[in-house]
Amino acid sequence: MTQERILLAHGSGGLMSQRLIDEVFKQAWRNEIMEAMLDGAILQVPAGRLAMSTDSFVITPLFFPGGDIGKLSICGTVNDLLACGATPLYLSTAFIIEEGLPLADLRVIAASMAQTAREVGVKLVTGDTKVVEKGSADGVFINTTGIGIIPADIDYRPQRIQPQDQVIVTGCVGDHGLAILARREGLAFSTPVVSDCAALIQLREIISQYGNAIRCMRDPTRGGLATVLNEIAVQAGVGIHVKEADIPVAPAVQGACDLLGMEPLYMANEGKMVIFVAAALAQSLLNDLRRLPQTQAASIIGQISAETPGMVLIETELGAQRILGILEGEHVPRIC
Amino acid sequence: MDNDVKEYKQHLLRAIQLFSGSVSIMEVCGTHTMAIAKSGIRGLLPPNIKLLSGPGCPVCVTSQGDIDAVIVMVQHKDIILITFGDMMRVPGTHSSLQEERSRGADIRIAYSPLDALRVARDNPDKEVVFLGIGFETTTPTIAITIEQARREGLNNFSVFSLHKVVPPALELIFSDSEIKVDGLLCPGHVSAVIGVKTFGSLARKYHKPCVVTGFETLDILEGIYMLLQQLKKEEARVENQYSRVVKPEGNPIACQSMERVFQPVPARWRGLGMIPASGLQLREEFSDMDARKRFDIPEIEEIPIKGCACGEVLAGKITPLECVLFGQACTPLNPVGPCMVSHEGSCAAYYRYIPTKGRS
Amino acid sequence: MCLGVPARVVEKTTNYSARVDVNGNHTEINIQLTPDVEPGQFVLVHAGFAMEIIDESIALETMHYLEEMLQYGQ
Repeated sequence: MTQERILLAHGSGGLMSQRLIDEVFKQAWRNEIMEAMLDGAILQVPAGRLAMSTDSFVITPLFFPGGDIGKLSICGTVNDLLACGATPLYLSTAFIIEEGLPLADLRVIAASMAQTAREVGVKLVTGDTKVVEKGSADGVFINTTGIGIIPADIDYRPQRIQPQDQVIVTGCVGDHGLAILARREGLAFSTPVVSDCAALIQLREIISQYGNAIRCMRDPTRGGLATVLNEIAVQAGVGIHVKEADIPVAPAVQGACDLLGMEPLYMANEGKMVIFVAAALAQSLLNDLRRLPQTQAASIIGQISAETPGMVLIETELGAQRILGILEGEHVPRIC
Repeated sequence: MDNDVKEYKQHLLRAIQLFSGSVSIMEVCGTHTMAIAKSGIRGLLPPNIKLLSGPGCPVCVTSQGDIDAVIVMVQHKDIILITFGDMMRVPGTHSSLQEERSRGADIRIAYSPLDALRVARDNPDKEVVFLGIGFETTTPTIAITIEQARREGLNNFSVFSLHKVVPPALELIFSDSEIKVDGLLCPGHVSAVIGVKTFGSLARKYHKPCVVTGFETLDILEGIYMLLQQLKKEEARVENQYSRVVKPEGNPIACQSMERVFQPVPARWRGLGMIPASGLQLREEFSDMDARKRFDIPEIEEIPIKGCACGEVLAGKITPLECVLFGQACTPLNPVGPCMVSHEGSCAAYYRYIPTKGRS
Repeated sequence: MCLGVPARVVEKTTNYSARVDVNGNHTEINIQLTPDVEPGQFVLVHAGFAMEIIDESIALETMHYLEEMLQYGQ
């Protein structure tokens, strides 16, 4: 039996499109808002400020140890909403599918999105699919846009960060970036590292107990921890001073990075959060985080300084300070 | 144990800081430059101990003309170019490999030169060119790759050789009276191939101590300490700090493979100019795999970049902070010269790892 | 100029190649430059090649000058 594949006709808007939506997406995502099949979703939203975030997911391979593009597309947007202090409620999604993608793959991706959304408690309420000619996309590209409600007293803008605030990262950095890299064609190595791809929904429970002692949160995805710290330093107009020895990196990630001439601090994460917290409550927050499986490797990695605004400095094992710069250009394997 | 080592490093650092004379030490190798910058050693040294970065970053010492020649090749020939990631962003006079790729050139990054053979096997109707760059550490891997291609009868594979050897450049630096270098931290991984003898003769001939050094923070601190001890005793010999990897005779198999495939030719180094017998070209019997000849790529005139002091930096005449472009017109995001673009270039290392000074 | 990483040889896969381990990551490297290497030994890996066998009698963190340092301290 030949494998069923996506044809251009699946994107025609006709019968085949309808069937694809009915059999693949509606089946998996079943909820009353989507099933109304209107031109848009009509949503009942509680009072308060809305947070909205969008992200497009483009990844090779589509299936990787620790997740797949479907799970990733939910976790990514959910984590962005969480970082804004919001409770995620609804997601929209748009698919750009390359002609020839096995239908079975699409089913797995849709099911994975459905399962992740269920676990997190968000609803996929509206969607779109387009099919493009072979070669015009890489398997499938997925966009998700999410909205969530921010409680009245919550404000996680970087401008709230103050000197002496502590910086916490919720676990080992670089896992996702490395797990993906290892699966790329041409880099023939196998690694025990799996992607950390996860929606950090449990984090919300803990975070919500700390109110405004939490100054700001950011999820260190593309560009890694170093890039996020630099963004925050500039946006908040503060210096961030971290200690190299306190940044958790799994030995396997460090080893593979050494081999390839790459740096864990610039590798993407998909299930981590960087939290800026008032100094007085940092230790208590850390203890709480360490009780959760998802964040048990959390660590206080540094603090905020009024000096060197806009810069991230890292203290080396010898006690010297150097600049931790932002990623320039593509992060590629090198031999020098 | 961990704590003992930590304490030992602090001891070494203190011993180094107590040195009273005024000395300039050159770390030849770009990987040393990076390791020194990353560990912050430079910032912990007293002003009387100066660390100069040498010509040991293969990307940085590649001449502008050679980069332009590679770009001409990818623009005009229907080839797949395979390169180490290091070369992608290096600016030629008008373009870079990264830019050429965006314009449609088929340029792929490899981790090992053997990956290029796989691409050649998979694309028998395409010409596959490997961009050979690096010193004695890397060259044997390319030599083995070339011999493998010959054995397999792969007739769509060739190498554009920008390979160079280190000793002639060091000889030039030692004999230049403008450059004040009192001792060398010698490149550990080059020495793993060529052994320590060459550095021994340099030490004797120019009366400068040499220490073959590894790349961990502890290695580098020991290397500096050993150099200072020699200087204090007015000795000038080669010592091997990195003996867990570097055998006195090096790796004869690697040396032989290099000699079978490559022959020395004069080569132009950025900043240092033409140096006799410092470049490596494929030998006559492999000349069909020499991409320069195969595709008839002309020599391209070197157009100096205005204001760029990479040359002086590479020769250890000035530190990056003394270049007028540094941190202003030339940053890692918008590099003017190769010392800023290469990950291990001294300018990039200074820019990334030195707090605040000289930055806009 | 040349990154090199110590890796433990897990097995020789052919006369020319071996599988090595770096902190749990496995990769296949070429061993033509170190033909005598045996499983269990450490090699220095550069650009997918074993460049040299590492002498394990000299540990990574051998403190060559510990005695001298202690004298300095006094």
